[in-house]
Amino acid sequence: MSSLLQTIDVNKKFGGLSAVTSLNMDVGAGDIIGLIGPNGAGKTTSFNLITGVYTPTSGKVIFNGQDITGMKPHAITHLGVARTFQNIRLFKEMSVLENVLVAQHMRMGANIFEATLRLPSYLKKEKHVHERAYALLEEVDLVEHAHAKATSLSYGKQRRLEIARALATEPKLLFLDEPAAGMNPQESVELMDFILKIRDQFNLTIVLIEHHMQLVMGVCKRMYVLDYGVTIAHGTPEEIQKDPKVIEAYLGVE
Amino acid sequence: MDFQTFLQQFVNALSLGSLYALIAIGYTMVYGILRLINFAHGDVFMVGGYLAFFGISSFLIPWWLAFALAIVLTTAFGVGLERVAYRPLRDSPRISIMISAIGASFLIENLAIVLFDARPKAFPVAEFFAKNYVIGGVYVAGISLLIPIVTAVLLAVLLWIVNRTKTGMAMRAVSTDIDAARLMAIDVNRIVSITFAIGSALAAIGGIMWALKYPRLEPLMGIMPGLKCFIAAVVGGIGSIAGAVLGGLLLGMVELMTVAFLPELTGYKDAFAFILLIVVLLVKPTGLLGKNQGEKV
Amino acid sequence: MNTLLTQNDTQRRDRMLTLGAAVIGLGLLFAFDSMFDRFTMQIFKLCAINVILALSLNLINGFTGLFSLGHAGFMAVGAYTCAILSMSPEQKEANFVLQPIMPVLLNVQMPFLPSLLIGGLLAGFIGWVLGVVTLRLRDDYLAIATLGFSEIIRVVLTNAQTITNGSLGLKGLPRFTTMWWAWGSAIVITLFLVLLIKSTYGRAFKSIRDNEIAAEAMGIDVLNMKVLSFTISSALAGIAGGLLAHYLTTIDPKQFIFLKTFDILLIVVLGGIGSITGSIVSAIVVTVLMEALRFLDGPLNLGFMVTNGIPGLRMVFFSALLMIVVIFRQQGLMGTAEFSWNSLARIGLLPKRGQKSGKGVE
Ligand SMILES: Nc1ncnc2c1ncn2[C@@H]1O[C@H](COP(=O)(O)OP(=O)(O)O)[C@@H](O)[C@H]1O
Ligand SMILES: [Mg+2]
Repeated sequence: MSSLLQTIDVNKKFGGLSAVTSLNMDVGAGDIIGLIGPNGAGKTTSFNLITGVYTPTSGKVIFNGQDITGMKPHAITHLGVARTFQNIRLFKEMSVLENVLVAQHMRMGANIFEATLRLPSYLKKEKHVHERAYALLEEVDLVEHAHAKATSLSYGKQRRLEIARALATEPKLLFLDEPAAGMNPQESVELMDFILKIRDQFNLTIVLIEHHMQLVMGVCKRMYVLDYGVTIAHGTPEEIQKDPKVIEAYLGVE
Repeated sequence: MDFQTFLQQFVNALSLGSLYALIAIGYTMVYGILRLINFAHGDVFMVGGYLAFFGISSFLIPWWLAFALAIVLTTAFGVGLERVAYRPLRDSPRISIMISAIGASFLIENLAIVLFDARPKAFPVAEFFAKNYVIGGVYVAGISLLIPIVTAVLLAVLLWIVNRTKTGMAMRAVSTDIDAARLMAIDVNRIVSITFAIGSALAAIGGIMWALKYPRLEPLMGIMPGLKCFIAAVVGGIGSIAGAVLGGLLLGMVELMTVAFLPELTGYKDAFAFILLIVVLLVKPTGLLGKNQGEKV
Repeated sequence: MNTLLTQNDTQRRDRMLTLGAAVIGLGLLFAFDSMFDRFTMQIFKLCAINVILALSLNLINGFTGLFSLGHAGFMAVGAYTCAILSMSPEQKEANFVLQPIMPVLLNVQMPFLPSLLIGGLLAGFIGWVLGVVTLRLRDDYLAIATLGFSEIIRVVLTNAQTITNGSLGLKGLPRFTTMWWAWGSAIVITLFLVLLIKSTYGRAFKSIRDNEIAAEAMGIDVLNMKVLSFTISSALAGIAGGLLAHYLTTIDPKQFIFLKTFDILLIVVLGGIGSITGSIVSAIVVTVLMEALRFLDGPLNLGFMVTNGIPGLRMVFFSALLMIVVIFRQQGLMGTAEFSWNSLARIGLLPKRGQKSGKGVE
C-alpha cells in the first residue's frame, strides 16, 4: 500500500500543554480515515499541524512523498490538501458563489494585468471557474443560493458550502473537521453517503474528525482514537469498537 | 565626550524615559485588556496638563491642590471616554473600535483648540520644581529629579495592585481571556473602567510633570508623546507593565544619547522612536518582554 | 432561456445608461470649467484628488482589511518626486536659498505625466518595501508601524535640505493640475479599481479581509496578496500626492503630517469601509462641506447673539460626525454595497426589468 500522508512522531506543545503527542498517522490513497476522540483530545490540532496552520514542536509530516513540515498553509493547499473548519470560517461578506470562486484563485493562474484589463485569456479562465463553481454548488445543492451572502445560509448549508469551497481547490486529500456538527441524525447519515460519493467522484482521500463514533464506523476504513493528545488506539472500526482503552476514554467522558 | 557630560545626559535620559514609561503604562494596560490602541491616551495626557494650568492660572488655587484636582478630573474624563467611545463597540470588529479611538482623539484635539485656544500657553512652574540642583557636578532641575522618583513610587503601587489585590487578579483574568473572565462572574465593565481610571490618572500625572519640565501647553501637545509612548509600550512588549517601563526608559536613552553622541542627527530625533519600533518588531515581533498570543484555529 | 434574454436586456440597458451618464458627466465638467469662478473650480478639483485618496485607502483598509495609517507619507513621496522632477532649473535655484539643490536633480525636468507616474511608482516601491517588512506583523501593529513610517518620511523630508529644500518647502510649482487632469485621473483610477476589485484578485483581497486563516487554507498566498494591495494603494496615494502638489503649487513637509491620513480615513469611514461608491460620494460631500462650513470658524450670527470667530469649530463638527457614525452607523453611508443601475430600479427610479437570476453564465 502506498501512503499518501504520513505523520512521523509529530508533537505539539502549547506552553506547558501537550496538545498532540507522538502522532503517527498513515493514510493510503483513496482511504477514508476517521479521527475520533473526546473534546479537547487534539483532533483539530492534528489537522492544523498537517495543514500548516501550526508548526509541529517536533516530528515530520510527509505528503505524497514530500516533507511538508513547516510549509505555509497556502503552499500545502497548492500541493493538494484541502480542509474545512470546525468553527465555520466562510468569507462572510461575500456571496456563496464568490466563496467557491476564491478557492479557485490559486489554480486559475491569472496574472494581475490580464485580470484587470479583462484580456480574452482571463475572460476564458473566469468563465471556466464560474462553470466549475456552479457545478460544485450543484453538487452540494446550493445553486439557488449562489448570490446570497454566505452567512445568510442555515448552519447545515454553511457546512456544505465549506465542503464545496474545499473541493474547489482541487485536492487529493481532504480534511473534514466535524462536518456533521449541528446536523440532525437524518442529515448526518446523508452526509456520510455524500462523503462516500465525493470520494469516488473526485478521486479523494478523506480524513474526517467526528465526535460520535457510531456515525463514522460505516464509512471509515480505519480509525485513530485520540485522548489527551495521545493515540490510544488505531485499527479497523471493528477493532476499535472492542478496544478496552477506547471504551474507557469514551465512558469516562461522555 | 567626558564622563561628566555622559552623566549629565544619562540623568536627562533617565528623567525623560521615566516620563515616557508612566504614559506607556496606560497604553499597555488598556491594550492588555481590550486589545485596543487607545489613540486618545495622548490627549488625556494633554487634558491633564491643561486642567492643572487652569486651576493655577484661572482659579488661582495652590499648585498642589490644582494638581490633585486635575488628576481626579482627568481620571473621570478617561473613564467617561471609555464609556462613550469604546464600550458601545466592545463586540464590533477591531477596525471599528480603532477608528473610534482615532475619532475620539481627533474630537478631543479639536475641542481643545476651540475651548483652550490654539495659541500656546505658558505653564506656571513653582519655584520648587524649577530650581536647579548640582549633584556630583551634574545640573539637575528639581522636576527632572522628581520624575524618576514619582514614577518608581507609582510603579510600585501599581505592581502591588495588579499582583496582590483581588481587583488586580480580576484584571489579569480579563486580559488573559475576556470571555472566560465573564463566565467566572467577573464584572468586566468594572474592571475596564478601573483600568481606564488608572491609565488616565497616570497620564494626568505624566501630563503635569511634562508641563513642569517643558512649560508650554498646546492642544496638540499630546500627539507626539502619545505616539512615542505607545511605541515604547510595543517595544517593551504590549500588555506587560514591566515591558512598558523598559520600553519607556529605552526610548528616552535612545533619543537623548543619540543626539548627545551624534549631534548631526538632531533633526531626525522624532524619527528614532519609529525606527526603534520597526527594528524591534522585526527582530522580536512580540516586543522585548512580550508573550506570544497566537489565534486558536 | 427567458431569464437569459431579460438579463441581456438589462445588460444593454445598463450599458446605455452608463454611456449616457458618462456623456452627461463630461458635459458637466466642460460646462463647469467655463462657468465657475476659480475658487469653485479649486474645490471641484480637490474633490477629484480626495476621491483618489479615499479609494486608495479603501483598497487596503476596506477591501483587504488591513489597518494602514501611512497614507500621508506616500502622498508626500509622490508630491515631492513629481514636483522636483517637473520644476525648471531656474525655479529650483530660486527655491533652494539655504543650500543649493543636489546637482543631479538641478537639471532634470520632465513633463507632468511622466513626473506624476514616477512619483506614483516611487511611492509604490517604498510601499512594497514597507509592506514586505511590516505586513508580517500582527494587524494592529501594522497601524502603528505605518503611521510611524509616515512620520519618518516627514522627518526625512524636513532634513534632506539639498533634495527637498527642508522645512522651507517648494514654492511656485506650475499649476499643472487642471480640471481635466484631476478628474481624468480620478476616473481612470476609479475604473482601474473597479476592474481590479471585481476580478479574481479583488475576491482574494476580500477573502483575506473576511477570514485570513480560511483564505490561506484556500490557497491564497496571504502575505503576497497583502503586499500587492498595499503596493497598489501606496502608488495611487503617490499619484494623488503629485496631483495635490501641482494643485496647491506650494508644498512643505508639515502638510503631510499623519493627521492628513486621518482626514482621508474620515472620508472612507463616512462613505462605508469597503464601498467604492461610498468613498466617491463621501469624498465629494466631505470636500464640499469642508469649504461650505468654513463660516463656522468665523463670527457667527445666532439670531440672538453674534459670537466672535471660533477657529476650529469646523473640525469639531467633522470629528464629532466621525464619532457618531462609528458608534451609531458603523457601516457608514454604503456599508460594502455598491451603486448599480439595478439598485436604482429596485427603489423605483428606473423601470423594473430583468430579475436577478440564480443560474446562468455571468
Ligand atoms: N492555539 C492554541 N493555544 C493554546 N492551546 C491550544 C491552542 N489550540 C488548541 N489548544 C489546546 O489543545 C487541546 C486540544 O484542542 P483541539 O485540538 O481543539 O481538540 P479537539 O479538536 O480534539 O476537540 C485543547 O486543550 C486546547 O485548549
Ligand atoms: Mg476540534
